[in-house]
Amino acid sequence: MTAARRIDSWGRVLHARQLPVPLAWRDVSLEALPDSSLLAHGLGRTYGDGCLNDGGALLLTRGLDRFIAFDSKTGILRCEAGVSLEEIIRLALPRGWFLPVTPGTKYVTVGGAIANDVHGKNHHRAGTFGRFVRAFELVRSDGRVECTPEKNADLFRATVGGLGLTGLVTWAEIQLKPVTSAIVEQEVTKFRSLDEFFALNQEADHKFEYTVAWIDGLATGRSLGRGHFISGNHAPADLAHPGKIRAKPLLRVPFDAPKWLLNPVTIRLFNTAYYHRQLRRVSRSTTSFDPFFYPLDLVGEWNRIYGTGGLFQYQCAVPPQSMREVIRALLVEIARSRQASFLAVLKTFGDLKSPGLMSFPRPGATLSLDFANRGEVTNALFERLDAMVEECGGALYPAKDARMSPARFRRFFPAWEEFARHLEPRFSSSFWRRVTDAKGARA
Amino acid sequence: MKRILVLGANSAIAQGAEREASRQGDALFLVARNEEHLAQVADDLRVRGASQVHTLAADLTDATRHEAILDAAEAALGSVDGALVAHGVLTDQPAAERDPEVLRRDFDVNFLSAASLLTHLANRFEARGSGALVVISSVAGDRGRQSNYAYGSAKAALSAFASGLRNRLAKSRVTVTTVKAGFVDTPMTAHVAKNALFASAGDLGRAIYRCFDKPRDVVYLPWFWRPIMGVVRAVPERLFKQMKL
Ligand SMILES: Cc1cc2nc3c(=O)[nH]c(=O)nc-3n(C[C@H](O)[C@H](O)[C@H](O)COP(=O)(O)OP(=O)(O)OC[C@H]3O[C@@H](n4cnc5c(N)ncnc54)[C@H](O)[C@@H]3O)c2cc1C
Ligand SMILES: NC(=O)c1ccc[n+]([C@@H]2O[C@H](COP(=O)([O-])OP(=O)(O)OC[C@H]3O[C@@H](n4cnc5c(N)ncnc54)[C@H](OP(=O)(O)O)[C@@H]3O)[C@@H](O)[C@H]2O)c1
Repeated sequence: MTAARRIDSWGRVLHARQLPVPLAWRDVSLEALPDSSLLAHGLGRTYGDGCLNDGGALLLTRGLDRFIAFDSKTGILRCEAGVSLEEIIRLALPRGWFLPVTPGTKYVTVGGAIANDVHGKNHHRAGTFGRFVRAFELVRSDGRVECTPEKNADLFRATVGGLGLTGLVTWAEIQLKPVTSAIVEQEVTKFRSLDEFFALNQEADHKFEYTVAWIDGLATGRSLGRGHFISGNHAPADLAHPGKIRAKPLLRVPFDAPKWLLNPVTIRLFNTAYYHRQLRRVSRSTTSFDPFFYPLDLVGEWNRIYGTGGLFQYQCAVPPQSMREVIRALLVEIARSRQASFLAVLKTFGDLKSPGLMSFPRPGATLSLDFANRGEVTNALFERLDAMVEECGGALYPAKDARMSPARFRRFFPAWEEFARHLEPRFSSSFWRRVTDAKGARA
Repeated sequence: MKRILVLGANSAIAQGAEREASRQGDALFLVARNEEHLAQVADDLRVRGASQVHTLAADLTDATRHEAILDAAEAALGSVDGALVAHGVLTDQPAAERDPEVLRRDFDVNFLSAASLLTHLANRFEARGSGALVVISSVAGDRGRQSNYAYGSAKAALSAFASGLRNRLAKSRVTVTTVKAGFVDTPMTAHVAKNALFASAGDLGRAIYRCFDKPRDVVYLPWFWRPIMGVVRAVPERLFKQMKL
């Protein structure tokens, strides 16, 4: 018989034990499930404890991986909630359709994309994933409900960005977007400072559907905030070359790397080399959608290079009025700590309203950086960053968080009380208990 | 384009094969008990490109219906090029030790119903001189172990049956492939803690579908089970009976 076992999230910092309950069919009812507290779990690409339920059960949704209907004239796709974005691309791209919004990995499920109301490099044009969700079914202890932006609208708004706490999504219907090609015309511009970033960004938001910047989190002084600005549009080319869709990563990190591998010296070497990799200021090229949207997917289980201690991702959003100063202050603090790793990303969010009560994206800028878990020093840095984010009226992204305080959570998500009225009583998560200061899961 | 009949079509492994068939634009006739699940599988396969998907809800332990099921498949598809026998249950070993009725019931699913269907299919295929049969057996049938011999003996019977059938049909153009599957992550093993030996139903299904294009005699899936079972079979009984397996 299966017993509770350890299931990690992407960051591998927090360890939780829970009863795995694989789901295979969408006609599940909660009565048939174990008595303990429940939480859906997709591909576990959440960095912190949002997809964990220590002491309870995890409903593994990857068995719900069937398509239900796809209309290649309208681009409307209905599928089960455990279908991954990779599987959608594989189906739809050869027929001229792509995801309306995609996060930086294609290995997330539709259910996970809804629960964190994920965003991508086109937020300034498209907003969040939830804006393209036309309907879904939610299984709760009082039965099954179909939710749309109009029907059961309260539950719809609570479930989009609802961190999996309103019940189990069994299927969803999403509007895909037509694309002319699987090829992306990409432009990479080297910038030497944060001011240059904001100038480039303002210009690029009008010209490009996709924009994002890689930042050298270790650069200081006059080079503070230097990086590469990466922008792109779908090429007007034909669909005859659908681009290769990688089913499996090119390579895989076979074991946990030793602690010394990632240290300020090796990372500084990497960042400096990466920054200077491109000699010209601007370089234009065409590339397949896969390396453009999902460069990290080339390496399987790359989180293992952070060793057994695991990694944190720190992602915050700061409002437009103060974003220039606050991003600068955050980068100064991070550079001074010498803890940043090579994954540091800066992007501005547009004004399109997120449909979820608890959605994270909001107008302004969002900064995300990976940090190896070095215990207390890392925590102390995060505390200093949190204080700056809080002061400017920003927020942290729950999908990436493993440690924000309950008080800050409430300040970052003032709708939490309204949201709490829609919680499914049988569902809970380690994240939710942590940020609401609640006791453990009923086991 | 092939026309394939799948018996036990709701099985996770069978769905893996059906998806690959759909990608190739094949026409499918699906049989299993649960009608709602059959409809869900059929929708999925249509989206994935199957040229036709027909479904029929039937309990395959009812052997009196077997000929009618094959008639229905032939009528719907025009003709049947290949059949996959995938239905099965994992016998509850302790229950079967307490109550041999459990053993009889599951033998009916895992062996008798499959053998009956294979007999009818083989006769029809032999008469017209073509057809591919693919049967999902199990490594559990290679040697009886105390933890799983109720299920294993039914699969042993199935493997032996398929071997005999293959021998009988060797001179005809009808092929019989025995798939000896190892551990696969499916609803059948939902209660078992997973380890590195578990394969995914999708990977297994894809490999099984290949047996319609390129028939093999006996194929272990994944391949590493062939050497493992070679070793397991080689252990002398005098030692084997002492082992905790
Ligand atoms: C390399 C990488 C890059 C990333 N880039 C981005 C990015 O650019 N933008 C962004 O927004 N995010 C990004 N993320 C975060 C990721 O998109 C989210 O964490 C996403 O929710 C993960 O989906 P999942 O299927 O893995 O779900 P899990 O991590 O397993 O679960 C996430 C949440 O979804 C809930 N859930 C899952 N399935 C269901 C269901 N069927 N019904 C109800 N609730 C459900 C869970 O309960 C949990 O609360 C990235 C993550 C990684 C690892
Ligand atoms: N999973 C493994 O580790 C493993 C290993 C070796 C071999 N196998 C074999 O692989 C095959 C497929 O198994 P699976 O792992 O994919 O399991 P599964 O998902 O549980 O599939 C078994 C299917 O058989 C159908 N079925 C059961 N009894 C039936 C009956 N009396 N009449 C008609 N259909 C019936 C069921 O569908 P309905 O409920 O809708 O009828 C069920 O979906 C089986 O033969 C199994 O023995 C599995």
